[in-house]
Amino acid sequence: MNTTTEHATEHDHADAHDHAMTDAKYIRIALILAAITALEVSTYYVDFGPLFLPSLLIMMVIKFVMVVSYFMHLKFDSKVFSLMFYTGLGLAVSVYAVALATFKFFIS
Amino acid sequence: MADVAVTHDQHAAHHSSSGLSNVKLAMWLFLGSECLLFGGLISTYMLYRGRVNEGPRPGQIFDIPFTSVSSFVLLMSSLTMVLAVSAAQRKDDRNMNLWLTATALLGATFVGGQIYEFTAFYREGLGFTTSLFSSSFYTLTGFHGVHVTIGVIMLMSLVGINKRSKIHGDRAEVVEMVGLYWHFVDVVWIVIFTLVYLIPT
Repeated sequence: MNTTTEHATEHDHADAHDHAMTDAKYIRIALILAAITALEVSTYYVDFGPLFLPSLLIMMVIKFVMVVSYFMHLKFDSKVFSLMFYTGLGLAVSVYAVALATFKFFIS
Repeated sequence: MADVAVTHDQHAAHHSSSGLSNVKLAMWLFLGSECLLFGGLISTYMLYRGRVNEGPRPGQIFDIPFTSVSSFVLLMSSLTMVLAVSAAQRKDDRNMNLWLTATALLGATFVGGQIYEFTAFYREGLGFTTSLFSSSFYTLTGFHGVHVTIGVIMLMSLVGINKRSKIHGDRAEVVEMVGLYWHFVDVVWIVIFTLVYLIPT
């Protein structure tokens, strides 16, 4: 293995394992996720009026990003992994948004 | 000296020229492609959820309190999974096996809840071919359930293999890869729970 690759490999391992996350922090994040889930479920019982749909979608995105960033370590890992995952996600969202639009889903 | 060289080469063989782990690169690529699969299934459901000619409608049949508990169970399984990865990185085998088993049990609880839900829906007249809503609903949640089941099998296999000390290579990375798959299954459910269950037709 050449020196550059060796350094990159070491750097990759350091990125993946030496981030500032501890078990206590993981538990704190899980508690935040649980609280958001409780808030989501409350929209079923409490009338949020016009804020119902936007608040649910925002909470969904926050939970999604938190799990991917902290539990899946994407925030601390190489940007290449983020690029691969978010490219697939972005492609999926845009392709299916266009597909739904052709069926006039957003109009109805 | 020769042993050191072989170990060094074996280590290098698992990394691409960019220095990134090949296994991790492949896993993220796989998860990116899974977004397309679930994106298609979710879009199909969104399109057909209002198409009910016969049988119950989504609002009449969903049991939100029950599904909320299931969602909470799956969310907590993500915590136990990340604790297992953390233990694996500390080379703490005992806690790693403990958290992996806890994750598998929580996953199995979720799958059990889904089987119960499907049975209840079927008894209320919602078969697979009852309406376009039912077909798209069962296909979407069924595919997710199969993913969770595969995850449970992987977790239990990992515990079994680890107890026999037969994991080759970087043990922490193997656990991390199973963890990535498990968390992905969790994030897909975060989307399904909101779009399918909480947002009415």
